[in-house]
Amino acid sequence: MNERIFKKLSILADAAKYDVSCASSGSRRKNSTGGLGNASKMGICHSYTEDGRCVSLLKVLMTNYCIYDCAYCVSRKSNDVQRIGFTVREIVDLTIHFYRRNYIEGLFLSSGIFKSADDTNERLIRVAELLRTEQNFHGYIHLKIIPGCSPELIQKAGTYADRLSINLELPTEKSLKKIAPEKNHKSVYQPMNFLKERLVQSKEERKKYRKSPLFAPGGQSTQFVVGASPENDKEILSLASSLYRDQQLRRVYYSGYIPIETDSRIPMIQQPPLVREHRLYQADWLLRFYGFSVDEIVPDQYPDLDTQIDPKLAYALRYFHLFPVDVNTADYEMILKVPGIGLKSAQMIIKTRKFGKLSFAHLKKMGIAMNRAKYFLHLPSTFIRPQYTPKDIKSHILLGNRKPQQQLTLFGNP
Amino acid sequence: MMRSTIDYSYDGSYVGLMTVIFEIYKGKQSPRSITSEGRLTNDLFTQYQFVPTEERQATRVLKALRKKMTTVGMANLFKAYLSEQQGVELQIYQMVRYVFSQKMNVESDFRKPYILLVKQLARKVDREVHRMHAFVRFQKTKDNLFAATIDPDFNVIPLIGTHFEKRYADQKWIIYDVTRQLGLYYDMTDLKTIHLEQAYLTSEKRINRECLSEGEADWEHLWKTYFDATNIKERKNTRLHLQHLPKRYWKFLPEKTF
Repeated sequence: MNERIFKKLSILADAAKYDVSCASSGSRRKNSTGGLGNASKMGICHSYTEDGRCVSLLKVLMTNYCIYDCAYCVSRKSNDVQRIGFTVREIVDLTIHFYRRNYIEGLFLSSGIFKSADDTNERLIRVAELLRTEQNFHGYIHLKIIPGCSPELIQKAGTYADRLSINLELPTEKSLKKIAPEKNHKSVYQPMNFLKERLVQSKEERKKYRKSPLFAPGGQSTQFVVGASPENDKEILSLASSLYRDQQLRRVYYSGYIPIETDSRIPMIQQPPLVREHRLYQADWLLRFYGFSVDEIVPDQYPDLDTQIDPKLAYALRYFHLFPVDVNTADYEMILKVPGIGLKSAQMIIKTRKFGKLSFAHLKKMGIAMNRAKYFLHLPSTFIRPQYTPKDIKSHILLGNRKPQQQLTLFGNP
Repeated sequence: MMRSTIDYSYDGSYVGLMTVIFEIYKGKQSPRSITSEGRLTNDLFTQYQFVPTEERQATRVLKALRKKMTTVGMANLFKAYLSEQQGVELQIYQMVRYVFSQKMNVESDFRKPYILLVKQLARKVDREVHRMHAFVRFQKTKDNLFAATIDPDFNVIPLIGTHFEKRYADQKWIIYDVTRQLGLYYDMTDLKTIHLEQAYLTSEKRINRECLSEGEADWEHLWKTYFDATNIKERKNTRLHLQHLPKRYWKFLPEKTF
């Protein structure tokens, strides 16, 4: 085997790792031709890095040559790093060989912008095209769309890829101009909106004719860099929420800014803002699966998430008058709002209570975190509830929770 | 009315277990325990009554259950059995008895300890299945076969075949459970259950290096190179890493063994 391929892989995987998305879920592609691979709805993490992130896809850059100079990016023009590039064939081969050994779910291909946006996109699409047509490959493909991409190329990308993503990078135009001078939000929103229209259209077509061709069945996603600009959590979450609603994005990713090298355009920080990033993911989860609104999670008087406690607990303490909840009579939506009760437990409660009353012992056995939930649940009449204030509860839970707070488990799936 | 209590034994198969349940109903003799033959203890005071497996009787039990339960509920019973947990057979029997005793479908009455247990065991088995989908690592052999050994906590071989069959339709592959000495072989047409000769395996229960195709080590090395390059050392979090990737799987993963 050629020695250079090791070097290329090492450099171009290293440069791609700051794109945190590694999801292989949310798509459905069958191996209808008896060829290689399929994409499952669930997604699979084939390994985990030492920082606990999911490794699901072969995530590499086509090349790290770049004509742009974005301050947060390791491959920016002004940074002194070795420049190198894969050939189209090399990426196709790596993907197939890794896939056959069950190392990966597929490919996530991005690139430095070596010429125009379209020249770069064309090369990425070529890889996907070869995988699908020449290699008869039905595994997961995620292609990065470079801002400013033409509609024709997005159309082409969507015919081969499962998911497409265009990164907003920074939540406001003002920050983007400062940190990534060659980019602007218009060049991101235009392809994003076009893609949305096409996705909606394709869904309609497939409703009418089941055989009509797939178009990016995994939808589209985007990413923000967090901590490199002054926006607060409310601004970030409001934007995310509108992206889910208006652009119908499948996922928004938050990448805690990791100081790569000093660049005067970005404030100097020692540690990446991992806790903040984690809280944003938790809040994002509440938006998508738990029926919370942005205002419930970050009201105007507290525009930043509490780093000490998770946003669901913070909500319950702020809206303390809505509790306690009686699991035997409350709506599913309200049960979901109880700290310590997750989606699966809430569903189990709804199913079980048809058969009779649930006691505290039942809930505990079902695996509900009663050390948190107990403050928010209706107690059987024989108990006398101590008069806790929200402040008491917060300190009780914090004291009882001596384990480190870093549980960055929300990457990847679903 | 159940009369006396009996310690049943069976051949360890699911069909065998369902035959025992048929026998219990027929003889009206309630079980004190139900134990797989391979697990009998040499206890002087326990007299086991062995029930020979009868396909037809087992089918009758399963058919009757299907009328009272959903497909998911049925699958959960089977998965609980595959957990091979000590004493699970009796819990399965108790759930079956409760299901038969009620008019409506009661498979979700998690206030009953045995129903909750079956559900929780099924969930554990599902997780192991998902981990096998993730952590199986094929190695290409000289005769163009993609082979992998596994050592799962539960007997997942009966559950993982379809996933790999669909995905790797155009390559021959083997997945072999080294502890249960039971494997799957897909020859691009059919999926078969197989037993593998020890000669193909190393003392570490991996595929013998001599059987592997030339260049296989390079691909593993390349994968390891990729794995190392994706790590962000500023974010190191060993606790989370181990939570997702417990050490017992490492010996099968090239990215963790090189």
